[in-house]
Amino acid sequence: MNRRSKRKFDVLVVGGGPAGMAAATRASECGLRVAIIDDNPALGGQIWRQGMQSTPDPDYSTWAMYVQSAGPELIVGSAFDQPSAATLAVEQADGTYEVAYDELILATGARERFLPFPGWTLPNVMGAGGLQAMVKSGLTVTGKRVLVAGTGPLLLAVAAYLRKHGADVIRICEQASWGSLARFTFGLLDQPRKLTQGLSLKRQLAAVPFTPNSWPVAARGQSAVESVTISRNGRLEDIPCDYLACGFHLVPNLELPHLLGCRIQNGCVHVDEFQRTTAANILCAGEPTGIGGVELALVEGQIAGFTAAGRFSEAKDLFGERKRLKQFARKLDQAFRLRPELRSLPSDDTIICRCEDVLYSQLRRYASWRTAKLQTRCGMGPCQGRICGPATRFLLKWDPDSVRPPIFPVRVESLAFAASPVIPEQPTLTGGL
Amino acid sequence: MLEPVAITVNGVSLAVPRGTTVAAAVVLAGQPCRNSVSGQPRGPLCGMGICFECRVSINARLHSRSCQILCEQGMDVTTDE
Repeated sequence: MNRRSKRKFDVLVVGGGPAGMAAATRASECGLRVAIIDDNPALGGQIWRQGMQSTPDPDYSTWAMYVQSAGPELIVGSAFDQPSAATLAVEQADGTYEVAYDELILATGARERFLPFPGWTLPNVMGAGGLQAMVKSGLTVTGKRVLVAGTGPLLLAVAAYLRKHGADVIRICEQASWGSLARFTFGLLDQPRKLTQGLSLKRQLAAVPFTPNSWPVAARGQSAVESVTISRNGRLEDIPCDYLACGFHLVPNLELPHLLGCRIQNGCVHVDEFQRTTAANILCAGEPTGIGGVELALVEGQIAGFTAAGRFSEAKDLFGERKRLKQFARKLDQAFRLRPELRSLPSDDTIICRCEDVLYSQLRRYASWRTAKLQTRCGMGPCQGRICGPATRFLLKWDPDSVRPPIFPVRVESLAFAASPVIPEQPTLTGGL
Repeated sequence: MLEPVAITVNGVSLAVPRGTTVAAAVVLAGQPCRNSVSGQPRGPLCGMGICFECRVSINARLHSRSCQILCEQGMDVTTDE
C-alpha cells in the first residue's frame, strides 16, 4: 500500500452543501488554505442538487460563484476515520489519503427520516426527497401517479417539482394537524421570504389535494407498490399509485461529529455562539446543529468560517441574523413534530432494519439500541443504522449511542490503510521499558 | 434530449440520457436493485447514497451504490448479485 504524504490545510470543511460552501468561502477570503471534502463531485449538497436539464437555484449560483472566486480546493471523497489527532482518513476513487487540519468545520447536512409501516420496503416506495433526487438524476415520472406523504415543508417542494416534471401528483398527505400548520403559516409573517416561497408552492399545487391529519398506514403491491392505504381524520382510504414518495422531515447526519467526540444533545451537535463544538478545533454549521433550512445554514457556515480564521468581529456581525433564523427553526420543529399515533404504524411482521430484515416483533423485546444490535444485527448492515436508527429512536425511544470507524463501508485497502502504523523513515531501535 | 448512453441491465440493452444514474436506469428498466437477506425485492429509497438499498453489480464490481454512479457507455449492470 502506497501511503501518499499527508496533506494539510488551515481549514478543512466536511460537506459541500450551503453551510460548507459558506464556511469555505469566508475562511478562504480571509487568506487561509481551505479544502472542502464531499463525496459528490458537484457542490450544493442535497438541497441544491442539480437536475440534468433544469436551471440551478439562483442562491446556489450566487454561492457557487463566491466559492469559485474564493478558491478552496474540492476533495471528492468520504471521510471515514480519524487515524490520528487533527487528521481524517478520506477514501477517494483512486485511493485512500490522510488530510490534516488546524481547524475542522463539520457541515455534514441532514437526511430524510423514514418511518416503517407495512409495505414500506416495496420497490417504488421512496423518500420524498429520495424520489426528487431520482428524478433529478434521470428517472422519468411523466404520467406516473405519485402519492406524496409524510411531514415537513419538503413535501410541498417535492410535489411541485414532480408536477413540473410531468407526474400526476394525486395527493399530499401531511401528518401534522390543520392547527399546527395554521400556526406555522401565521408565524411566517415575520419571514417574508419564506412566506412568499410557501405561497408560491401552494399556487403551483392548487390542483393537488393537500390533506393534513393524514399518513400512510400500508403499501401494497406484487413486485412494486400498486396502492397505499392512508389514514385521514381517522378513516382509512385506499389510493392506487405508481410511486409513494414518503419522508418524515429531516434528521442531522451525526456520524462524523459523534466519531470525533463532539457532544451531541437532543439529537443535535452542541455548539457555542461561534459554532464551536465541545471538541478542540472542531466547528459545526448547518443542519447538524438543528434542522433549520438553507438560509440558517448559510449564516452558520459564514460564522464558522470567520471563527476558524480568527475573525471574531465579522462572525459576531451575523449573530442577529442567525437568531432570527433560529426562531424559524423552532417553529419548524413544533409544527412538524411527529404525532404519537405514528408509533403504532409498524405491525409485528414489519421490517424495521432493511439491511438485515429485522422485524418489529424481534426488536420490541429489547431495552436498548445496543442490546438489540448485539441480539438481532439491527443497524449492523451496510447503512450502519442510518435508516433504522432514527426510526427506532422515535418508535422505541432508543438512543443510537455508538459510532465506530469506518463510519461508512469502505474498501478493504482503506481499512488496511487506516490501521497501518506510520512507518518512520529511519528504522529506530527501542530499548527496554 | 441529451446524448444517449447505452448500457445493459441484466443483459437487456437500454439507452438513457447522459447524466442518468445507474439507479434511475434500473428503475426505468422495471427491475428491483437487489433481493434482501430474506428474499424481498428492493429498489432505491433515499436517492442520496445513504440507505444502500440500490446496490447492484456494475462491470462485475459488487455492491456499488447505483444512485451515486452515472451510466457510462457499455456499462454492464447486474441486479441481485
